[in-house]
Amino acid sequence: MSSNKRPMSPHLQVYRPQLTSVLSITHRITGVALSAGLVVVVAWLLALAAGAEAFDNLNSLLATPLGLALLMAWSLAMFYHLLNGIRHLCWDAGLLLDLRGAYASGWVVVAGALVLTALVWGVAL
Amino acid sequence: MAEFRLPKNSRIQKGRHFPAPENAGNVRSFRIYRWDPDSGENPRIDTYDLDLDQCGPMVLDAVIKIKNEIDPTLTFRRSCREGICGSCAFNIDGVNTLACTQAIEEIRGDVKIYPLPHMPVIKDLVPDLTHFYAQYASIKPWIRTQSPAPPDKERLQSHEDRARIDGLYECILCACCSTSCPSYWWNGERYLGPAVLLQAYRWLVDSRDEATGERLDDLEDPFRLYRCHTIMNCAKTCPKGLNPAKAIAEIKKMMLARRSL
Repeated sequence: MSSNKRPMSPHLQVYRPQLTSVLSITHRITGVALSAGLVVVVAWLLALAAGAEAFDNLNSLLATPLGLALLMAWSLAMFYHLLNGIRHLCWDAGLLLDLRGAYASGWVVVAGALVLTALVWGVAL
Repeated sequence: MAEFRLPKNSRIQKGRHFPAPENAGNVRSFRIYRWDPDSGENPRIDTYDLDLDQCGPMVLDAVIKIKNEIDPTLTFRRSCREGICGSCAFNIDGVNTLACTQAIEEIRGDVKIYPLPHMPVIKDLVPDLTHFYAQYASIKPWIRTQSPAPPDKERLQSHEDRARIDGLYECILCACCSTSCPSYWWNGERYLGPAVLLQAYRWLVDSRDEATGERLDDLEDPFRLYRCHTIMNCAKTCPKGLNPAKAIAEIKKMMLARRSL
């Protein structure tokens, strides 16, 4: 019997989402999103260097509902990535590695990211 | 490379349904992954309706009842039926665990049973663990010494040193953790996975072992050790309540401590 004919058992398709794995993949996704967001930061700086007119144009683009939604999503991604990055530093130092620590810190990161984002936008708007 | 979709020959089709007897009271459906290497067909899900009043409390009891009374072709591994042999590890209700220690009562709705995830299937619920065992052998899971053995006694340990392998030696190599780990799914050919790394750590912290340096050298590799991204599905799923993620983090710390000397 040749083994390459063997089917592969289902994985993502059947594994119940765990807080552990969901927060982990979210860390990666927010990292990718933030890299994309850097392009906007660079564009913003370029516009600033290019003069008042270009800067105003870009700012009005960012002030559209879509622009605001993206900025809000990016700030949420940033706070999540920042806080979860600190969580990873704790793990690398050997802390919070039991299940209780991992779950409690996970929920703290989620709540913290939401609160910080709300605070920033509450002040900004 | 991560391959998220199942290959064509692995996609699951609808299977057969075995209804419960007419007079059954407390009926529960068991939806079980089936694949027959001789049929040439894709895997399927067969549904067996059981009367729980006529069945033992654990998922393994139900699976054995199905094999004995309904469908003798259902194929799975089992041995001790008390959580010490590690044979009956399946993906049950979306998480990996031992069928013999998983109570049916704790599962809501249909009981879905698949083989351990992202493994080649030999038949039905039996995955091919050859690679997993080869990885285990690769960490040389035995005591390695240079000094001659004492002529008149065993190599002794203090109580404190012995306590350092608590939470490690209990591992039964059921492979629940490794096959719950997304890193192991995507890079299992080169990443050793949580079960094997927990064993590696078990020998690293054994006070009698004298090959710590060589063991760390063998693990110093971007894939073998460092594909662990602290996802922690391993600790979440371990049916013995062990924590491979912590063991792996301790290995990473040993690597760092060694480098900074």
